[in-house]
Amino acid sequence: MKNKSTMKRILSLMKPYSGWVILSLILALGTVISTLMIPVLEGKAIDCIIGKGRVDFTGLYLVLRNIVFVAAVTFLCQWAMNRINNRITYSVARELRQKAFERLLRVPVSVIDSESHGDIASRIITDADSFTDGLLLGFTQLFTGVMTIAGTIIFMIRIRFTIALVVIAATPVSILIARFIARRSYNMFRRQSKDRGDLTEYLDERISQADLISQLGARERSKEEFTEKNDRLTDSAVKATFYSSLTNPSTRFVNAVIYAAVGVVGALLSVAGSISVGELTSFLGYAREYARPFNEITGVITEMQNAFACAARIFEIIDEKQVIDNDGRFDGEVKGKVTMENVSFSYVPEKPLIEELSLSVEPGEKVAIVGPTGAGKTTLINLLMRFYDVDSGAVKVDDRDIRTVSRSALRERFGMVLQETFLFAGSIRDNLSLGKPDATDEQIVEAAKAANANEFIRRLPDGYDTVLTPEGGTLSQGQKQLLCIARLMLALPPMLILDEATSSIDTMTEMRIQDAFARMMKGRTTFVVAHRLQTIRDADLILYMENGHVLEQGSHKELLQKNGHYAKLYRSQYSS
Amino acid sequence: MRFAAHYLADYKKESLLAPLFKMLEAIFELFVPLVMARIIDVGIANNDRVYIIRQGGMLIILAAVGLAVAVTAQYFSAKAAINAAGKMRSDLFFHIMKFSRGTLGEKGTASLVTRITNDVNQVQNGMNMFLRLFLRSPFIVFGAMIMAFTVDVKAALVFAVLIPLLGLFVYLVMHSTLPRFKRIQEGLEKILLTVNENLEGVRVIRAFRVEEAQNRRFREETGSLYRQQIGAGRISALLNPVTYALINLGIATLLLVSGVRVSAGSLTQGESVALVNYMSQILVELIKLANLIILLTRAVSSADRLSDILSTDPDERIHEKEETPSDTADAIEISDLSFTYPRNRDKALSDITLSVGKGQTLGIIGGTGSGKSTLVRLLRHAYDPVSGSILLNGRDIRSIPDQDIVGMIGHVPQKAQLFYGSIRYNLELAKPDATEKEMWDALEAACAREIVEKKENGLDEIVQRGGTNFSGGQKQRLTIARALIKRPEILILDDSASALDMLTERKLRDNIKALPWHPTTVIISQRASSVMDADQILVLDGGECKGLGRSEELLHTCPIYREIYSTQFELKEEA
Repeated sequence: MKNKSTMKRILSLMKPYSGWVILSLILALGTVISTLMIPVLEGKAIDCIIGKGRVDFTGLYLVLRNIVFVAAVTFLCQWAMNRINNRITYSVARELRQKAFERLLRVPVSVIDSESHGDIASRIITDADSFTDGLLLGFTQLFTGVMTIAGTIIFMIRIRFTIALVVIAATPVSILIARFIARRSYNMFRRQSKDRGDLTEYLDERISQADLISQLGARERSKEEFTEKNDRLTDSAVKATFYSSLTNPSTRFVNAVIYAAVGVVGALLSVAGSISVGELTSFLGYAREYARPFNEITGVITEMQNAFACAARIFEIIDEKQVIDNDGRFDGEVKGKVTMENVSFSYVPEKPLIEELSLSVEPGEKVAIVGPTGAGKTTLINLLMRFYDVDSGAVKVDDRDIRTVSRSALRERFGMVLQETFLFAGSIRDNLSLGKPDATDEQIVEAAKAANANEFIRRLPDGYDTVLTPEGGTLSQGQKQLLCIARLMLALPPMLILDEATSSIDTMTEMRIQDAFARMMKGRTTFVVAHRLQTIRDADLILYMENGHVLEQGSHKELLQKNGHYAKLYRSQYSS
Repeated sequence: MRFAAHYLADYKKESLLAPLFKMLEAIFELFVPLVMARIIDVGIANNDRVYIIRQGGMLIILAAVGLAVAVTAQYFSAKAAINAAGKMRSDLFFHIMKFSRGTLGEKGTASLVTRITNDVNQVQNGMNMFLRLFLRSPFIVFGAMIMAFTVDVKAALVFAVLIPLLGLFVYLVMHSTLPRFKRIQEGLEKILLTVNENLEGVRVIRAFRVEEAQNRRFREETGSLYRQQIGAGRISALLNPVTYALINLGIATLLLVSGVRVSAGSLTQGESVALVNYMSQILVELIKLANLIILLTRAVSSADRLSDILSTDPDERIHEKEETPSDTADAIEISDLSFTYPRNRDKALSDITLSVGKGQTLGIIGGTGSGKSTLVRLLRHAYDPVSGSILLNGRDIRSIPDQDIVGMIGHVPQKAQLFYGSIRYNLELAKPDATEKEMWDALEAACAREIVEKKENGLDEIVQRGGTNFSGGQKQRLTIARALIKRPEILILDDSASALDMLTERKLRDNIKALPWHPTTVIISQRASSVMDADQILVLDGGECKGLGRSEELLHTCPIYREIYSTQFELKEEA
């Protein structure tokens, strides 16, 4: 059932290329026929060269002219086929990748949060290649193989039926041997890929923590563990490779036996006078290559199965549900009033998180959300930004349900710095101007200065043009956060979200950027999630959350007077 | 090439036997056309049926021996190539484990892992095929030529012209595709990076509404990859067709020459058949070879990427001759220490001088990028000081072997990181022979006993990959326990209690003070309260020492310290 729909998808995917595919198949057929004609022509030529003084030069020239002609046709067919196949394979792979990526930009954040990133990436990168390679090459090989076998048999029967029978009789043997080996090596390959997966996971962990491993003095231990896994992989790889490499010699052997049989039977018939030496030569030409296509076809079947599996994996991404958006817009400037009305939300239905939450924030207010891990602080932000949608109730901005405006219109109004810093592998300048691509150099430096980042950026080898490596290179966590803050300061929307935005920045630096922060927040509705309470004492509203519920809300003073959860948390942080 | 050869050298016997057996196989194959020529020239010409059958038996024997020899060769080559690849993997892994922080960041872990897995695989396939075919193929090609010469010198001249021509062509194709394959590999890496960034940074991308820009970027990258692939494909698409065409033209020429020679009586019909057979054998071999060239070009470019890793110097530090420790010295003695990171302009640390007596506590406080973490890295000799010196127990740090430093210093890094395995396993990483009691003592001191006790399987509770089944605070306490278990003389806590609440942190500090072996302790923190009780506090700013002394002293002498202190204690008054 699933296979059927995958097949359908593949066919519809290939539809725009159907003309090319048909042309490729015609060329493949041309290649097969012209290749098979060569042995016949060789035989004819040999029959023109019988012995001293008995050479038919007129006939020989004619045959040779034909050989040159056939060779030219083979060349053209093969060359054009290769070019067309390349074009189809690479185009389809590109298209698949682009489609998958486009969908990735539109899937709900929950999908990306819940799926393994490595898995998604390998689908887009590796599976796209394996699919197109496997499908097209597999298909061409299967087609050429079957055609070659059929063509060989037809050509042979046309020359002499008896000898053709000798070759055909050996066919099942070729198939059996190829299949036997394929099955044996399949099991070995499975073991190999499991061992390889184990090793890769281990490498991933240890290499990303190499520095820590050396601090712990656990290098030797890691080496031992690695060696054990590596040896296991080596062992299964030797076996898998050896078994699969038996195919070639075995087929060659079967071939050689067929060759000998054809030679003997042909020679005996020739003695009896029913076949010429040239015809025998043609037969030998066919026999020499007879088993090869069988060998290829057996390989093709596993390859095509694999291609199918890969296709299904990419289609899963392309078919992933996407967020439904409307094109509603806010009327005019957003003032920044934010309300939540009876909001309920949970990531998994069995585990209710936020239940019946209501709150109201006036424009320009600073709201702080505090509470233990797992209280739902970050979830509130997910809902505000519509990374997730509420299960029931409503979030409103300027009294308008945020589900009635487009996500883009909503997010345009929010600026955000998260605890998990994220910077692109690009120059510092590009990273800072992410939200404002037309920012001038002065504006960028200005923002960096405000975020206290200018100094360390200047110290980097190429200043603002320093290209960050994929993992942020030598920048510390705090420095990365400063860059994220500078990025926000450059493009200032009317509402701000700071989710542990200064968690990795030390108190001193934090103090230095406090003024800039205060200026930034002025007149802007701001949501702050903070661990260190000193930064949020001046908030207009503090929400104390636990298990998805707001247990207390009020100003710092009010909450301290109340002497409840917040007061307890505060004292635990600041009395020594 | 030389890279792979170096590794195969460890499996000399197999690497030599594999091609040798392949060569034997080739020899048996080369006899086949000769036998067939005899069948035609002797058997058919003389109507000798018995001779024909006997020669037929000869062909089967050749085939059987060929099979046995080939299987042996495949075994040796698989063994040599795969074991060499295994050795490559472990050399790479061992080498990478020595990389300094900077080198690791520069190369990127993802790329390093790809090299150990994918690139080694490519090289392995390349070596395997090389052993199997790169000697067999030339041997068949030249063998067939030599056999042709033994049949007829004049006709064999066709071979002598054609083979160099084919060789040249194959070389040209290989030469021009190699750099293209390298670029394709780079193109793939680029799109992988884009995909990864869009997964990791999904929130930032959506918040900044740069989806369209990302889409354009991806389209450009896949587009340029496509052009690279088509470009490389244009050349490799010629490989098979040209080989076929040249061989077929060769066969035509050969038949023409044979016609003339047979007509003159200097060649027989059977010998002509043999010559054509030799030419066809060359064709089959070259087609195989041509397809392998693609594999080999990939292997060569992978091998380049591997030797690039192995030639990266992981350790630029100086190790001096051993000095004798003096028991009276201070635990840590730093004088005029300055440091600049490689490839950076500005000093990360300048002119730091201090000493910490045995069992004393040093607090370090300072801003982001002030040099706190740099100082810790220098203390555990991750880098050499650029000028000045560090003495541990009176010994210059450059003269202490790495494993001694590891034994001496227990360091809890900023980011708490646990490994896949049990809690027990994680503790054993630091002390392989730790007893049950030692584990519980360390956990107790790190305020982590209750975390483990609450788990169903206690010490044997599995830590998921990345430690995802523990909260930040739990991870921090477990990593502290891991540092304590080997009873280090010097304990360094690099902001490692940031996720703990004040009460737990205070308890932890008391526990550390009460440790029975009285370690010298270095505490780095953002909280004045964490370092307040230290015997001395170092205030760092921009890599420079802005104050050194007890908290009370610094309050008078160091404005920066006073500033930090006051923000936190103002709060207290208010509360």
